[in-house]
Amino acid sequence: MMESNENILEVENLKINFKTYAGTVKAIRDVSFNLKKGETLAIVGESGSGKTVTTRSIMGLLANNAVVEGGTVMFHDQDVLKMTEKQLQDLRGAKIAQIFQDPMTSLDPTMRIGRQIAEPLMVHKGMSKAKAMAQALDMMKLVGITNAENRINDYPHQFSGGMRQRIVIAIALINYPEILIADEPTTALDVTIQAQILDLMRELQNKISTSIIFITHDLGVVAGMADRVAVMYAGKIVEYGTVDEIFYNPKHPYTWGLLSSMPTLETNGDELPSIPGTPPDLLDPPTGDAFAPRNSYALKIDTEKEPPFFKVSDTHYAATWLLHPDAPKVTPPVQIVARQKQFAEMQKKLAAEKLSHPVEEEEERQ
Amino acid sequence: MAKYLAKRIFYLLLTLFIVITVTFFMMKLLPGTPLTNQAKLSPQEQHLILKQYGLTKPVWQQYLLYVVGIFHGNFGTSFQFSDQPVSYLISSRIGPSLLLGAQAMIIGVLPGILFGALGAINKNTWIDSGTTIISILGISIPSFVLAVLLQYYVGLKLGWFPIADWGGFSYTVLPTLALAASPFADTARFIRTEMVDVLNSDYIELATAKGMSKWGVIYHHALRNSLIPVVTIIGPLAVNIMTGSMVIENIFSVPGIGEQFVKSILTNDYPTIMAVTIVYSVMLMVVLLLTDIVYGIIDPRIRLTGNSN
Amino acid sequence: MADQIKLPADSFEPVDKSAHLDSEKIAAPNLTFLQDAWRRLRKNKSAVIAMTILILFFLAAFGSAIISPHNPNAVNPQFANLPPKWPGVDINGLNGTLNQAGSRVNAYAQAHAGSHVYWLGTDYLGRDLLSRILYGTRISLTVAVIATAVDLLFGVTFGLFSGWQGGRIDNFMQRLIEIIMSIPQLVVVVLLILVLKPGMMSITIAIAFSSWTTMARLIRAQTLELKEQEYVLAARTLGESSVKIAFKHLLPNLSSIIIIQTMFTIPSAIFFEAFLSYIGIGISSPQASLGTLLNDGQKNFQFLPYQMWYPAIVLSVIMIAFNVFADGLRDAFDPQTKE
Repeated sequence: MMESNENILEVENLKINFKTYAGTVKAIRDVSFNLKKGETLAIVGESGSGKTVTTRSIMGLLANNAVVEGGTVMFHDQDVLKMTEKQLQDLRGAKIAQIFQDPMTSLDPTMRIGRQIAEPLMVHKGMSKAKAMAQALDMMKLVGITNAENRINDYPHQFSGGMRQRIVIAIALINYPEILIADEPTTALDVTIQAQILDLMRELQNKISTSIIFITHDLGVVAGMADRVAVMYAGKIVEYGTVDEIFYNPKHPYTWGLLSSMPTLETNGDELPSIPGTPPDLLDPPTGDAFAPRNSYALKIDTEKEPPFFKVSDTHYAATWLLHPDAPKVTPPVQIVARQKQFAEMQKKLAAEKLSHPVEEEEERQ
Repeated sequence: MAKYLAKRIFYLLLTLFIVITVTFFMMKLLPGTPLTNQAKLSPQEQHLILKQYGLTKPVWQQYLLYVVGIFHGNFGTSFQFSDQPVSYLISSRIGPSLLLGAQAMIIGVLPGILFGALGAINKNTWIDSGTTIISILGISIPSFVLAVLLQYYVGLKLGWFPIADWGGFSYTVLPTLALAASPFADTARFIRTEMVDVLNSDYIELATAKGMSKWGVIYHHALRNSLIPVVTIIGPLAVNIMTGSMVIENIFSVPGIGEQFVKSILTNDYPTIMAVTIVYSVMLMVVLLLTDIVYGIIDPRIRLTGNSN
Repeated sequence: MADQIKLPADSFEPVDKSAHLDSEKIAAPNLTFLQDAWRRLRKNKSAVIAMTILILFFLAAFGSAIISPHNPNAVNPQFANLPPKWPGVDINGLNGTLNQAGSRVNAYAQAHAGSHVYWLGTDYLGRDLLSRILYGTRISLTVAVIATAVDLLFGVTFGLFSGWQGGRIDNFMQRLIEIIMSIPQLVVVVLLILVLKPGMMSITIAIAFSSWTTMARLIRAQTLELKEQEYVLAARTLGESSVKIAFKHLLPNLSSIIIIQTMFTIPSAIFFEAFLSYIGIGISSPQASLGTLLNDGQKNFQFLPYQMWYPAIVLSVIMIAFNVFADGLRDAFDPQTKE
């Protein structure tokens, strides 16, 4: 995959609140991350952890009752949070595009799909309708809509869910955006269709060299898609690192829980572990580590003080007191130990051979 | 399409038949004959009159004759105006009613759409509150109260328009306004709800994510999607207008079928009541059928052809 | 970095979970559906005002059966058509004077009714208008509420049965509704009233039996949806009877639709009653309703506008209050429509 060290997006100390009847919901509590050119960053977390709010702030699409408490979202050298409505309009659909979760509802039911795909061209490049439609047709072929010539004048309801998601992708990519935000793009689809859509996204990323922010609650799809992973919990990033580091050498108990509750081919036994309890109420976030009440490894300090990020490697950080030098050594769940062993072997092999990307191995195993 | 139409027309005729039958036998349950409105007559004279109206035959024969008559455009003779066939009464009076109804529909629906859309776009602002208040007033103030107020203040005090009777266009202004209030308010409320829903939908968000301006999104996506369902309330609006016309025509002395209906009720003129009932039902059924067909044509999601994939 | 921070020695003791951390604790306050709706309704200022107005009108109208300034049906021809008089208030329109042939005359003095006080004046038979309006409001509200209750009972039963049975029965029942709905409601009402003879009873029945179709359709559509819900399927599998399921599982879930629809049905019933009385086939004299008062008042509107204005205002305010309150209820029960 094409990667460079140039950051095209830098989110720093982002804090977003929502004013609701019951009080102020602290939806995003100090989130920082960056996105490099050409890479895929996966943001993983349960519903309500703030993944979607984060991406909406990048698009300038926050709801009316959202208040940006602080932080910056730098796209190249400009802060998206300080842009005027006009600047945001020039950004959306041209430089940053988004794929939404539910393809059944994200297309205008009364507009022909060709026109819907062509619209961003007409808006941003002032293209004539005929010319835009010709490009839309090319894009339809590119995203794999069969018989595109005859279907360009069809309405959304005449397509299946998978085909509609391809149309949504075509709309997002028609202007060759620098960043593509995919907010759970496969959640609403059948498993077989999910795989097709993921394949398509990988293929297109190579073709048009865009960076992708991939939002999901499903770690299973992350393995094959992402270069780096950020795990979010209760409005914060709790751990981030390369996909291998997160999958094979996770440090945060929440990530352990997520990975253990993910079925794999090796899973045997009757019971799939789960994380007990529910996420905290962000109207009144608990002091200390928000995950502590659900964490069987919780320490006393977790209930008193929020853990800072501890460095694991140059690319891997985790916010848990367990990484503090004074912390007791704990044994992670069996599954995680096995993964860490695998990782250690992989590292050895890698050091020896210095080739063969481990991501591909992971893909084959799945 | 043909199959669908055939089915609908079959149901329409079936409904019509039921309406005719039910009204006929309901009227037969009622006391009162053409004689009620006459002075004392000798038994011979009474029999003669009853015979003239066909009321001496057994009920089932009267019913058959009535049904056959209707299909020849014959609704019998009015009890009130003994020399006039009901069909003539109605055909001479339907013109003003249709004109008023059509005017009220247009005057009501078009500004209603504008008001509703304005409210939805400016949701939770003073514009929204303003349009909501006006439409609440529109559905809450009975049309006959509005009619009397218009007649007195605009017609009599200001003298802008004639207060009664039937002549040129100026005679239609006040009754049209009184009739239009309710469809106006209904449309405005309907459009507001529809459009608030549409504006919250995923495809509007996608359109915004495309980088379209607020008004671009509204014009290209929100408006069309919220306007199409308006067709579905045309039927209920037509009912409102028919209802309103009965009393509005009365207040402004418009020679329409609504005024005739009220008169017939008060004078127990059963043949006319039956005929007007049937005419109203037919008009409503035709409006409902037409709006369903139009809806099928303008909403791409609904295929009347039955061969979509 | 953070590694260097010095922390108290016992910081890294594992916490005793049973002591103070409950992972199953549900953090957000738990509100039942009705509590939640009530909270939202209370926040809606116009709905609260409307509700207050309705309560006041109900109290005044039904309280007037016990305490009324005058007998609403007492005829006093010598005091006919007296304008409103508020003791101690000297504003034209409220001081008992009338505009006769260009000059103000004291109508009370003319009629030798000096000591009498008629807050809203009298009608053409000298009956106290305030008492008659209270009395008329009582009749109008009674007719509307009873008609709505009957309509509710019939519509809900019909809709539940139709939706629950499904198949052919449902199909037949739906055709029936379609046929009824393709006859203008008012025509049905008029025909029913003619058959039943005008009067309070028949007007109530007529309104009830012509307006249940909307309720039936709404309930049926919702029942069709609920029928497929897991908990209903579970109840069926466990062998609960249909009647029991209807009361235990369906009705509670239909309650919000029923309440909202009821609140919209009442003003439309009030309107129909007023309409019928206004054209002369509703409530008959000496009984009064808002419709008959309007009809009486309209005859003298040019000279004695107060005789129509007051009943018109009362009718309109009640209608507005019901509609605003119903809107508020709908928003309260359906949080999606409002943020």
